[in-house]
Amino acid sequence: MKNSKLSINTDLARKILTGFIKSELERVGFSRAVIGLSGGIDSALSCALAAEAIGAENVLAVRMPYKESSQDSLDHAELMIEKFGVKSLTIPITKMADSLIALDPEMSKTRKGNIMARCRMIALYDQSEAFGGLVIGTSNKTEILLGYSTIFGDSASAINPIGDLYKTQVRQLSRAIGVPNEIVDKAPSADLWANQTDEDELGFTYAEVDKLFYLLIDQRYRLNELVEAGFDEDFVRRVMKRVRQNQFKRMMPPIAKVSNRTIGYDFLYLRDWGT
Amino acid sequence: MKLALAQINTKLGDVDANLEKHLNLIGDAVAHGSDLILFPELSLTGYTLQDLTPSVSHRPTTKDPIFAPLLEASKEIDMVVGFVDEDARHRFYIADAYLSEGKVLHVHHKVYLPTYGLFDEGRFFAWGDSIRAFDTRFGRVGMLICEDFWHMSPPYLLWLDGADILLLTSASPGRGLNDDDRLTSARWVEHTNQAYASLFTNFVIHSNRVGYEDGLNFWGGSTVYDPNGKLLVKAPYHEEALTFAELDLNQLHRTRARLPLLRDERTALVQRELGRILGGGDAHSGR
Repeated sequence: MKNSKLSINTDLARKILTGFIKSELERVGFSRAVIGLSGGIDSALSCALAAEAIGAENVLAVRMPYKESSQDSLDHAELMIEKFGVKSLTIPITKMADSLIALDPEMSKTRKGNIMARCRMIALYDQSEAFGGLVIGTSNKTEILLGYSTIFGDSASAINPIGDLYKTQVRQLSRAIGVPNEIVDKAPSADLWANQTDEDELGFTYAEVDKLFYLLIDQRYRLNELVEAGFDEDFVRRVMKRVRQNQFKRMMPPIAKVSNRTIGYDFLYLRDWGT
Repeated sequence: MKLALAQINTKLGDVDANLEKHLNLIGDAVAHGSDLILFPELSLTGYTLQDLTPSVSHRPTTKDPIFAPLLEASKEIDMVVGFVDEDARHRFYIADAYLSEGKVLHVHHKVYLPTYGLFDEGRFFAWGDSIRAFDTRFGRVGMLICEDFWHMSPPYLLWLDGADILLLTSASPGRGLNDDDRLTSARWVEHTNQAYASLFTNFVIHSNRVGYEDGLNFWGGSTVYDPNGKLLVKAPYHEEALTFAELDLNQLHRTRARLPLLRDERTALVQRELGRILGGGDAHSGR
């Protein structure tokens, strides 16, 4: 990592991101947070940052297994809960999800996966109200750019501390903050069906695509410059297309403008307005 | 001169709450024997104002409910505060006011409004159109706001206009996290401010804010450089702080005796060449 352009100063990252969590909660009157802890690295990092920001006793980690979820996911989430001392709760989503899945015996894996992701969102937002904490996001920059998420499902949150960190940087920061090695080292998976891995499904590795994103997004390289820098043209085109096609997941739904002042276009205030 | 750098967080659009914080810190600085306290850009309003702009503007007069207590406090200590100035014809400016002995000595309107990348100032604010040094009880000074000193001409103009002390304010959003021990935005500003101090043999004082507005972080790290380009004090990154510095103004004498950059500056040559460059028929004369 030392010489990589993606390498970050983890102390500085921790300071900025924990400050962000604390500030954005407190200014709207909250001192607690709720996180869906999947057993994967992204939610582990968000959980660790939240615990550092506001104290472990103010963080509720919610495990939401489906009947086919891997035991590893549950165990790894448990490792995090024990290591960081956050509060925890397990809410199985099997009944909830199966009542919808049963409506169509031909249902595709993608539909089932989306249902699970959205069931978890419902359970998490319910706990947000019950525990009095805001939902902390767990989507990283790589997955947001690729659109590798379920809209209104795992992408739903009140604030997201890790959304400007590439997966490679999530790994670096996770090690620094003490996320257990079992979680940092395993193959990333949405665990929506058995033996699913992100990299199989995407068709490339996070390490590869992060190097590309650094030049494409952060350094504003154009296609020909990326090819000159050694990237396969088809790979670059495929990734750029994915980024473009998934822009809708990164935005509020567009509002059809008819008045002189329209939310989103010329009614412009930060969310932190007045705080 | 005893200086206090008020590196604060602000409430976005809540001028009364921000005023209260100002008055508290002014009280602390007075208790500490400070002569001048410097607040950051838009210290009375917060930074990302967008459509809040017209509702948080004030006029720097004794009749204004926000400026009246500040002007009263300025009988005990000089101060620079950041605010939104609405002129008589209802144009809104990002502004700094220098208050001293119950009076407004000078108001600077931000001349460069960044409107690119994450910035959108040109959409909401009018462009200032003058850069003037002014006299204070500590000598002649000049004020600039954030993007004003990312361009080199405003500090240069103030130097030629007699400013020996540059009072720089900003609300600089932190960006550029890499493996360095500071953000690239912080490193950039520190480099340029140190360069101004060295090139102008001036005091360069910078007050930056901290806190968050939505996802933006403001990095703080307020600094004072002396006429040798030496760092005198630096406030912490990302934390509120009232940082004190004692400036030995005689350092101007010693540095300029050694290094007469100001004495030797060929101002007539600059004017002649600028006239040629900007005035010629085929000139790219810009704005």
